[in-house]
Amino acid sequence: MRLTLHQRQVLWAYIFLAIPVLFFVVIRWYPTLLAFNISFRDWNVFEASGPWVGLEHYRQIGEELFKPRSAVRAAFWNTIRYVVYGVPSQLVLGLAIALMMNHIRRFVTLYRVAYFAPYVTSAVAVAFVWNWLYQPQTGLINQVLSALGLPNQPFTKSPQQALQSITAVAVWQNLGFAVIIFLAGLQQIPEMYYEAARIDGATPWQLFRHITLPLLNPVIVYLTVLGTISYLRMFALVQNMSPQGTGGPLKSTTTVVLEVYREGFSSYNMGFAAALTVILFLLILLITIVQLRFLSQRVEY
Amino acid sequence: MAVETRVERTLELADRVVSAPGRGRGLTWSSALAYVLLSLGAVAMVTPFIWMLLTSLKPPPEMVQFSFLPQNPTLENYVRVLQTANFGRWYLNSIIVAIISTTSVVFFDALAGYTLNKFRFPGKELIFIGMLGTLMVPTEMLIIPWYTMSVQWGWHQGLAQYWGIAFPGVITAAGIFLMRQFFDGVPNELLDAARIDGMSEFGIWWSIALPLVRPAIAALAIFNFIGNWNAYIWPLIIASGREYYTLPVGLSFFRGESTTEWEKIMTAASLASVPLLTVFLVFQRQIIKGIALTGLKG
Repeated sequence: MRLTLHQRQVLWAYIFLAIPVLFFVVIRWYPTLLAFNISFRDWNVFEASGPWVGLEHYRQIGEELFKPRSAVRAAFWNTIRYVVYGVPSQLVLGLAIALMMNHIRRFVTLYRVAYFAPYVTSAVAVAFVWNWLYQPQTGLINQVLSALGLPNQPFTKSPQQALQSITAVAVWQNLGFAVIIFLAGLQQIPEMYYEAARIDGATPWQLFRHITLPLLNPVIVYLTVLGTISYLRMFALVQNMSPQGTGGPLKSTTTVVLEVYREGFSSYNMGFAAALTVILFLLILLITIVQLRFLSQRVEY
Repeated sequence: MAVETRVERTLELADRVVSAPGRGRGLTWSSALAYVLLSLGAVAMVTPFIWMLLTSLKPPPEMVQFSFLPQNPTLENYVRVLQTANFGRWYLNSIIVAIISTTSVVFFDALAGYTLNKFRFPGKELIFIGMLGTLMVPTEMLIIPWYTMSVQWGWHQGLAQYWGIAFPGVITAAGIFLMRQFFDGVPNELLDAARIDGMSEFGIWWSIALPLVRPAIAALAIFNFIGNWNAYIWPLIIASGREYYTLPVGLSFFRGESTTEWEKIMTAASLASVPLLTVFLVFQRQIIKGIALTGLKG
């Protein structure tokens, strides 16, 4: 039997895609469904099964959310605070730095390398360096504060400052990414728009407000969603910057993913941990849908 | 004759991010202010790294008195950390895992991206959506199922742990998506000409299409290497013994053992971060271009 050219091509396409498709089915889709299944059971990892408990874990999570001293309640509440503090800081600083870099001629490569270096560094190493910078007496920051005659700060040692201190490190680490994406977005805006507006006597603020900002809208949406997702998944920094990696002091820095890790892999309470991840997934899904809504609104100019 | 495709335009824009000077015209008051603010910011970005390296060069007695520069710089901390911890082994593990996943990602993502761009076949849409859809599912939701599967299949013990650490990242949806866009820039006429010459389909991909997307392959490879090198939560869960820790996991456990000896912790942090920072400095253009590409939707 002779195959036509098109039939041969179809056959080759299936051969080329066989391993990737197998991978996505076995390593991505099947575990996604399994996560839902586990969340409805008292899962025992060594038997790979467990009694069906239905929505019990979700009911427990709902109950925890109303208990004043619950770790789960703190985790959800803190995670929202990481997003609320982190994402806007990253966007505003990132845009300001990108605009300044776009405004100068020299040393651009040098600045780009400096701002981007933390992004390629392991979060664990970053956490330790900042633990050392934040030390109460011997840390560099408190040494500088003392030299300036300012009071020492406890940073990650105090329940009032710990979350903000860790957020600052996350912003420091991810800032370079936002800068590069903003720079790419700025390059996409044709120079002639600015020239035309300048001829009409527009001020720099008007140029920014009426040309740059609206045309950067897709980039801002992209970075907001990506940033939100990354702060919703906070783990490595918190685990390595809080005492004994437990999200302290007094649960003030714990996150949903840290509680997933503790419940799932310290207490082996896998069904409950899986239910937490399902809720995280639904949150991320919701945000992605909102992103698609926003991105489909094209800017007219 | 070059037909300007959207992909070529995207590449050019990404190129401008790394190579074009800013749009500034000479030195003005506003650009002078920009230089000052950017320099202050750059100092804030770089100081933690410098402080890390300086601390790692200080002998323990100097840790109690405050001085910015080490009085008697020494490499003693490096010798002690390398002797007491399994740093050598952790380097090796990180390299093995990063090489397994990067090689596999480059091969399979490029092959799948090519097929999804250049071939017509039933089920193409379904397969593409099925791959892209997995981007919505966060890794954190999969770690418990992956752990269960690894225990069932014995990937959490012995040498199989290398595979256990690497397997979630050996093919990536984002990479397939990126490569699919890039193969758009490869003209179909070129591939058809090779078909008429009797070249095999695999040969056409390997020796004609692949060399034409080399910049994208480089970006994908560097990107994946960094991502795998720094991966934390999954290796932390799956690596059962300290001989199988990757660098970030080993580093995290190392702190637990020397909580207050900051000169040692900074030495360990330097050992873990300097190789990758060096890679970044060497390939900074490609890396930044790769990042810019992800933000520019072709």
